[in-house]
Amino acid sequence: MIVANRKPFEEIVAMVKPYRKILLLGCNECVTVCATGGSKEVAVLASELRLYREKEGQPIEIAEQTLERNCDPEYVESLRPIIGNYEAVMSMACGCGIQFVGEHYREKLVLPAVNTTFDGVTEEHGVWAERCLGCGNCILDKTLGVCPVTRCAKSLFNGPCGGSTAGKCEVNKDTPCGWQLIVDRLKEMNLMEKYMEIQPLKDWSTSHGGGPRKRVREDLKL
Amino acid sequence: MTYPTNVKIVKVPCTGRVDIIHVMKAFESGADGVYLAGCLEGECHFLRGNLRAKKRVGHLKDLLEECGIGGERVAMYNLSAAQGQRFAEIAREMTEKIRALGPSPVKKYGAGRRAQSAEIGEQRAQCAE
Repeated sequence: MIVANRKPFEEIVAMVKPYRKILLLGCNECVTVCATGGSKEVAVLASELRLYREKEGQPIEIAEQTLERNCDPEYVESLRPIIGNYEAVMSMACGCGIQFVGEHYREKLVLPAVNTTFDGVTEEHGVWAERCLGCGNCILDKTLGVCPVTRCAKSLFNGPCGGSTAGKCEVNKDTPCGWQLIVDRLKEMNLMEKYMEIQPLKDWSTSHGGGPRKRVREDLKL
Repeated sequence: MTYPTNVKIVKVPCTGRVDIIHVMKAFESGADGVYLAGCLEGECHFLRGNLRAKKRVGHLKDLLEECGIGGERVAMYNLSAAQGQRFAEIAREMTEKIRALGPSPVKKYGAGRRAQSAEIGEQRAQCAE
């Protein structure tokens, strides 16, 4: 899922400073899983902001609402009857959701309460790590399920760099070397001969490097 | 043994039941301090509930510090259900600590906040329709 983390409190406070009545939006999907912007986190941030603003002598009214998803129009449309009641919207959803709500309600500012970071998995409760950066051309069959684009800091395609030490990346001693993981996996599956297959230069045009992407299914359009 | 009358007790089956928002709401309602009294570490009836509570209190200290209430206003204590005297001692200790800190900085807006909660409840009902 998309992993995000809440912005520093001072940044959030500065963003809502001009407003006395806002809607704080959460999302029930990715940001709930990474404990950043679900209904619990919305409640806590709303509470923190109310306390802070009360203390400053400038009370703020905050309505809390968590949508199933912020990236599908049906859910975002459900806000239409009430959105006029608020001066601004602050969203704890991922960057997609923040933008999408803004696109639907052009007269309202939608402020980001979180920094959206990466696409990842839950390694253990409370720990989320990056796995995929959406390069658009998956070669996980060749690397037996370990992505060299994401898990190698340099996105190398044909083996580790000289900085790999004891299976760890030179960028951070806690980060496993992506290529060490790949080789371990090849050995585990007895497929080391795949390691000798040279991968050609990657065509990055399928990644964001080629510009903002879109996918259309004509057969699904109403 | 007696303990100060300003301590309001909220009973829970385990301190692990206490979530971040419960403590935040207590401060929103005008509490000057909140403490959790859980089983001794290693003796939690539900195995690890008091350890979860301890971590949550740690997180709460950061949250309360950043929103200006002060992390010292929340605390975690561990004691056995049989330790009546320690219970009273903790109540006195926390009371003294909070008295020294003074009233919560948001105290004066108590009435306004209660009215706000009612309005927000109305807005939620509107959204649900």
